[in-house]
Amino acid sequence: MAELTLVEAVNDALHTELARDENVLVLGEDVGRAGGVFRATAGLLDRFGADRCVDTPLAEAGILGAAVGLCMAGWRPVCEMQYDAFSYPCLDQLITHVGRYHWRTGGRMQFPITIRMPYGGGVRAPELHDDSPETYYVHTPGIKVAIPSTPADAKGLLAAAIRDPDPVVIFEPKFVYRTARGEVPEGEHVVPLGRARIAREGSDVTLLAYGAMVPVCERAAEELAGDASCEVVDIRSLRPLDEEAILASVAKTGRVVIVHEAPRTVGFGAELAALIAEQAIFDLQGPVLRVTGFDVPYPYWTIEDSYVPSVARVTQAVRKLL
Amino acid sequence: MTESELLELYRRMVLLRTYDERSVVYHRQGRIGTYAMFWNHEAIQAGATFALGDDDWIFPSYRESAIGLLRGMPAEMILQWWRGHPSGWWNPADWNVASIAVPIATHVPHAAGLAWGKKLRGEHVVAMAFFGDGATSEGAFHEGVNFAAVMNAPAVFVCNNNQWAISTPIEAQTRAETLADKAVGYGIPGVRVDGLDVLAVYEAAREAVDRARAGGGPTLIEAVHYRAAPHGTADDPRAYIDLARVEAERAHECVGRFEGVLREAGLLTDELVASMRKDAEDLMRAGITTAEAEAPPDPELVFAHAYVDPPPNLRNG
Repeated sequence: MAELTLVEAVNDALHTELARDENVLVLGEDVGRAGGVFRATAGLLDRFGADRCVDTPLAEAGILGAAVGLCMAGWRPVCEMQYDAFSYPCLDQLITHVGRYHWRTGGRMQFPITIRMPYGGGVRAPELHDDSPETYYVHTPGIKVAIPSTPADAKGLLAAAIRDPDPVVIFEPKFVYRTARGEVPEGEHVVPLGRARIAREGSDVTLLAYGAMVPVCERAAEELAGDASCEVVDIRSLRPLDEEAILASVAKTGRVVIVHEAPRTVGFGAELAALIAEQAIFDLQGPVLRVTGFDVPYPYWTIEDSYVPSVARVTQAVRKLL
Repeated sequence: MTESELLELYRRMVLLRTYDERSVVYHRQGRIGTYAMFWNHEAIQAGATFALGDDDWIFPSYRESAIGLLRGMPAEMILQWWRGHPSGWWNPADWNVASIAVPIATHVPHAAGLAWGKKLRGEHVVAMAFFGDGATSEGAFHEGVNFAAVMNAPAVFVCNNNQWAISTPIEAQTRAETLADKAVGYGIPGVRVDGLDVLAVYEAAREAVDRARAGGGPTLIEAVHYRAAPHGTADDPRAYIDLARVEAERAHECVGRFEGVLREAGLLTDELVASMRKDAEDLMRAGITTAEAEAPPDPELVFAHAYVDPPPNLRNG
């Protein structure tokens, strides 16, 4: 075990997987010479060469479109989108091809593409460096989506994505890129997609979250400790979704607060709330509440703390249910 | 080119022409769905691909839906694609023909990626992508061609400039004098050819393919002609097109033009023409018969192949 930050764990996963499988290559903007704007790809160029860690033109649709062709040539491409909101041009390729091509070939050709990108607020940069676009991706058939909240999961989920036969998108919570530190297994480490993690056990209220909202929920649970026992479920994998773990926690507590940074309307929280309504309505002691971003453009960073769900907003929601 | 190569090239044009004309009839008979014809585009499709080897890849748009015929793909497979039957979903690796791209220009980066990816593996494979004049206005065209150019990928981009994107004429599509000029912006050669002259298309493609294979990077070929048929079976061009011009264009269509050249050279006889047409017609007749005899698709296929390893809740609806 080594103690790493979340972004160091991402880097560790890339080094490990490129060394393990010579068909894996990394492509993206500034991933080579610069080692990535967050240093997630540091050292790959020197270790694996310019053919396997490729600085591309500044073209997100070109990166993902080229990745489709790379798969046809037998590669397993790992595409970096430099920032959440800069990934939007790649949605054209994602929706029209990446999510459909395996289906289009009658299941005969595989497209094991990994797309990874930093997401969410907290970098104090101009607009469009802070979005939480996971819903666009999860809504696309043919795509899988995972979001780690700890360094160990950042490594393990990325490794799982790279080894997965389907296209997988990994959103990395940049808010905790360097503040989340933790033990990370050395060498090969895989966290299977589709399994949630109980980040904190509790019996009164279930807090459902992923990414940078997991530590927010953990702090809220800590604050509430005298009044309520909160269980924090780290969803980790949005598709495939660990319905069993979510429903088991709801059955235990009967109260649910869902927390995400993304805007509220049709956010992933709506999907979770619908799942609970359909399958656990009789377990509930109160309404399913959501604490989310608002249906507005992500604000300028001087006032972003008023947008991102805070510990105070989470504890307030929990208190409504008690 | 040898005499037999010239005759083979002509045979391919006849095959494509027959496929296209029969498909329009099949559509009218309700035997295939909406169909995008490529009548008078045969010189571009047969000419450009004649420069490829079997290991080279073709990335067709819907306008080149039947281009797999030139690789030996059964007619019924392509007919089933237009019939909405999943047996028309082929494995691109079986034919080195990518799936038919329905969205405009988004397959251009795929060709760039395949060509680049093969090059990284030390294989000398060329990727050839087909798209129309309207596609050159799309971002994906720009990103794909630029990507290929920067990676020095062995790709050939064939722009079928039939001067219409459904009802939008070329002058409303671009202010560039020619689409081949766009190559300058990518630092690659751009060539403009007569899209009705199969030998001119072949010659341009051969040069481009040779250059690509030798490590000289991509080429943009603009094959110019004029759309002499509707965009598709659901389109009525009388609302926007000059019908007199269409008639004039049809009078010097590309298959007849090449046939004239070959007859003049004494290579083509009435018997040979008749036998090539008959072979193509037989192929189509057998193709549609086979397609129609196939069992309708199992509704279970709704859930098949969305994923290699599907999420457990895929059937929740």
